[in-house]
Amino acid sequence: MATVTTQQAGQSAGANPGPKRQPNTGRFGSSVFKKAVMAVTGIIFVLYLIAHMVGNLKAFAGAETFNSYSEFLRELGEPILPRLTVLTIIRIVLLVAVAAHIWAAFSLWKQAKRARPIAYQTKKRVQQSYASRTMRWGGVILILFIIWHILDLTLGAVNPAGRDSLPYGRLVEGFQNPVVTIWYAVALIALGMHIRHGVWSATQTLGHSNKRRERALNVFATAFAVVLIGGYLLIPFSVLFGIID
Amino acid sequence: MKLTLRVWRQPSPQVKGKMANYHLTDVSEDMSFLEMLDVLNEQLILDGEDPIAFDHDCREGICGSCGLMINGIAHGPEQTTTCQLHMRSFSDGDTIDIEPWRSGGFPVVKDLVVDRSAFDRIISAGGFISAPTGTAPDAHANPVPKVDADAAFDAATCIGCGACVAACPNGSAMLFTAAKVTHLGLLPQGQPERDSRVVKMVAQQDAEDFGGCTNIGECSAVCPKGISMETISRLNHDLLGALRANAVPTS
Amino acid sequence: MALELFLEGDPIADTKAPTDVPIGERWSERKFRGKLVNPANRRKMTIIIVGTGLAGGAAAATLAEAGYHVKSFWFQDSPRRAHSIAAQGGINAAKNYRNDGDSVHRLFYDTVKGGDFRSRENNVHRLAEVSTQIIDQCVAQGVPFAREYGGLLDNRSFGGAQVSRTFYARGQTGQQLLIGAYQAFERQVAAGTIETHSRTEMLDLVVVDGKARGIVVRDLVTGEVTTHVGDAVVLGTGGYSNVYYLSTNAKGSNTTAIWRAHKRGAYFANPCYTQIHPTCIPVSGDYQSKLTLMSESLRNDGRVWVPKERGDTRPPQDIPEDERDYYLERKYPAFGNLVPRDIASRQAKNVCDEGRGVGPGGLGVYLDFAEAIERLGRKTVEAKYGNLFDMYARITGEDPYSAPMRIYPAVHYTMGGLWVDYDLQSTIPGLFVIGEANFSDHGANRLGASALMQGLSDGYFVLPNTITDYLSAAPFEKVPADHPAILEAEAGVKAQVEKFLSINGTRTVASFHRELGRLVWDYCGMERTAEGLRKALDRIPELRKEFWTNVKVAGDAHTFNQNLEHAARVADFIELAELMCIDALAREESCGGHFRAESQTPEGEALRNDEEFAYVAAWGWTPEGEPPVLHKEELNYEYVHLAQRSYK
Repeated sequence: MATVTTQQAGQSAGANPGPKRQPNTGRFGSSVFKKAVMAVTGIIFVLYLIAHMVGNLKAFAGAETFNSYSEFLRELGEPILPRLTVLTIIRIVLLVAVAAHIWAAFSLWKQAKRARPIAYQTKKRVQQSYASRTMRWGGVILILFIIWHILDLTLGAVNPAGRDSLPYGRLVEGFQNPVVTIWYAVALIALGMHIRHGVWSATQTLGHSNKRRERALNVFATAFAVVLIGGYLLIPFSVLFGIID
Repeated sequence: MKLTLRVWRQPSPQVKGKMANYHLTDVSEDMSFLEMLDVLNEQLILDGEDPIAFDHDCREGICGSCGLMINGIAHGPEQTTTCQLHMRSFSDGDTIDIEPWRSGGFPVVKDLVVDRSAFDRIISAGGFISAPTGTAPDAHANPVPKVDADAAFDAATCIGCGACVAACPNGSAMLFTAAKVTHLGLLPQGQPERDSRVVKMVAQQDAEDFGGCTNIGECSAVCPKGISMETISRLNHDLLGALRANAVPTS
Repeated sequence: MALELFLEGDPIADTKAPTDVPIGERWSERKFRGKLVNPANRRKMTIIIVGTGLAGGAAAATLAEAGYHVKSFWFQDSPRRAHSIAAQGGINAAKNYRNDGDSVHRLFYDTVKGGDFRSRENNVHRLAEVSTQIIDQCVAQGVPFAREYGGLLDNRSFGGAQVSRTFYARGQTGQQLLIGAYQAFERQVAAGTIETHSRTEMLDLVVVDGKARGIVVRDLVTGEVTTHVGDAVVLGTGGYSNVYYLSTNAKGSNTTAIWRAHKRGAYFANPCYTQIHPTCIPVSGDYQSKLTLMSESLRNDGRVWVPKERGDTRPPQDIPEDERDYYLERKYPAFGNLVPRDIASRQAKNVCDEGRGVGPGGLGVYLDFAEAIERLGRKTVEAKYGNLFDMYARITGEDPYSAPMRIYPAVHYTMGGLWVDYDLQSTIPGLFVIGEANFSDHGANRLGASALMQGLSDGYFVLPNTITDYLSAAPFEKVPADHPAILEAEAGVKAQVEKFLSINGTRTVASFHRELGRLVWDYCGMERTAEGLRKALDRIPELRKEFWTNVKVAGDAHTFNQNLEHAARVADFIELAELMCIDALAREESCGGHFRAESQTPEGEALRNDEEFAYVAAWGWTPEGEPPVLHKEELNYEYVHLAQRSYK
């Protein structure tokens, strides 16, 4: 039997099935837009983390300074604004940013899973850093850590000093337990790696990297992550070794 | 030299594949990797077995047809195309794993052959300058700064082999897409369609079961033409610019 | 002479070029005299285009832009893989941007002369005229040609031309031009005007009432055989260098489309005109699958030599200066190592035939940079040739900075192809042939940087303007699916596939291809003799017979089967090889790439015989067992005077 394809216009034939879904040129569908959401929210976290780290170092100045700093954060903006206003705004911004960051991350994760339905039997790394490879699971660990951290030091719910304690007391009692300190250290190192790749990645995603800057950016990202996380790690280990008590 | 090959065999897209072992003796180190497979295939044919299907054509590193995952690295241990890889990069007694590119956007056709028509559709979505034949002004009407022309050329050397997708932990085709966006975006002729081009091409790459880019850099590290990550930065810049300018195509 | 090998038929002539006006006006005059197609009618017409290289891709894009419905077919996975992509050097155009005396007429003159006076003046002049538009078109598409600091296009002199008219994009001009055409093509795919058929191979031409109306194709993935019908068929399927098995062509390049069209009645012109490139990386073993070309520019600084003594196996560094034979410098003191391609190639063959070749199998000569490195310093040599040295080192594993390179000639272009008239229409009405697949513009020898020019000229500018004259009578009557011509062609294709799978002999397809290649290389390669050609003509029919009774093809017809594809291509190469040898035997003169040992000057140079052989040999197919029929197209030179080339 002869099969004649005649003069009809049309796309493709045979082994050329075409994509399974329609291209979405809308803003929210674009993987690059999702990346940009991650970059911008990531920058918010980084700015917050810098401030948080600087604030933490007040622990070296003693209980009174530390506790009053904590109180200051709640009074920030007074008397123009009622107590807790600024802090609440910061918390809302952070929460929205966390939600957006996670939404984008999961959305891209889902896309990546679809992109490799069958895994390689053998796959080697050529260039990728450990940090870049662990962004996703690292991110999951971080969100668990942040929840724990808030329950522990912000609310005191899981802290040995209890809910009604003062921040400095929670800090000292918590980190005197080596298990807690090690858990914080592990999470902070994960955070450091997340930031190391995140800083480089955000620059690239927002279109401000190029061949000349690439090396410098990577060195900066590493140095920044080391300094930031070093600053954070000082506190728990100082408590553990009795420098802060 | 003697080699053991572990090769992905999959008779057709519908059938599940698996790795099969082959032993080769008398492999010359001057053979190219594909010639080594030719020799194996000749033997398989004479033994009444089905030869291993793999894509190849020019065998001089420019057509982009060949592409195998060799010991877990796209195009193997040297940063070149599979056809330009020679057996002297391996040692006597080695076991070599050979797999096809694995990506949702590159369904397996047979054995090591995949369907890369998704790349054509990404180009079709906007990877061109609309210049119908006969409409062109004199070639010297628009001077192009040499730095831009050279950078455009560097991006335009992409051969569309798909190693970037194969190597990317996310299975992303962003390096391929970005190379074209960069090539055309750097030239004055490419400006009128610059915004809509990047929006449509990225949308197409996302629709083709390729992943998103997370700036890991495996793609560039295995690219036989050394296309730089800078092109992805440029794509991101162009896309965000297009979104800010609200250049979302209506149709 | 060889009366039993072929018959002489009626002469043939091109009737489309308006020779009643001066040569500079013929192209515009032809465009004016040819009929046009109303834009509203174009979308009712289907044009089938096979091949997506520079010619096929450009033609598909342009005709689709014009409003025709185009169906495009190619055997690779993507239209961007066509072998045009591998061209390195550049593309000529008579822009005269250098103000160095170039003009359309000079490009025309150089090309006719370079073709050793075996091409058509009218076609070549049109090529030179159109060349300037090609550059404009490509730049508008975004082809990143090399530029100077002022932002204007750079040019270089290429292949010994006295003017700088070659435009280039580093060593990847073919790639950049093809990507330009491919992008224009994909733009039309998006617009819905091109229907695409990837991994689909044309296996027959459907001729209805004397007109080419369709093609029979096989889907290489599913094995399905189907027929596609249209108003005209265009073949842009490239050259047939792979008849030699080892060539610089891509592994898939083949003659099947044009050969099967030939068997349906299209004349095949000048099949013996093949071009051999002198600087390729030599064969390293039996497993060799292809040859890699290295730019001719290497001969600007490298010195070619072999040992004076035959069978000298010492490493090159141990051979003292006075025991080396710098044979090109010795024989051609004026041009030395820079003699044209055909001469450099033939001399390399001669010294190897004398047993003085070097490297595995004695098939190679040294290309030595020791003197250049000493004179210019390693740095300068590296800057000039670094990428080529790297490529050589990667392929051979040898370091060309410390030991001389080994080079050997390889086939890389075929000037012959299907006969076409000025409109690029073959002897079958409605069948158009473009690019390397036709014979039209290069005569007996192609100049460097002219192939890209011809492919794009045919595709962008010539065919879209000439095909309208034929299509003005279209759309033609529909061809029903059960038309006898379709049934017969499809049945033939299916029978051939089944036949291959049923022979189940003891030799692989590749082993036949290798033997055929060796045979054609030895007897219809760089130097041809009546005796050798007769030997080949004795052996080829035997080989064909053995092929059809003893080949072993693996796999089945319903899945992707590369071995089966190869079998069909080799079957056609065997038949083509026979015609090449007959053509070479009939042409008892030397011209361009065709060197008959019997026809040389006392100094051993090619000697043309314009009295008897200033014609195009257009061959008609006859059923197997019958000798082919030679139709001569007389070549007239009104504007260029016949002269003998000399490079002493």
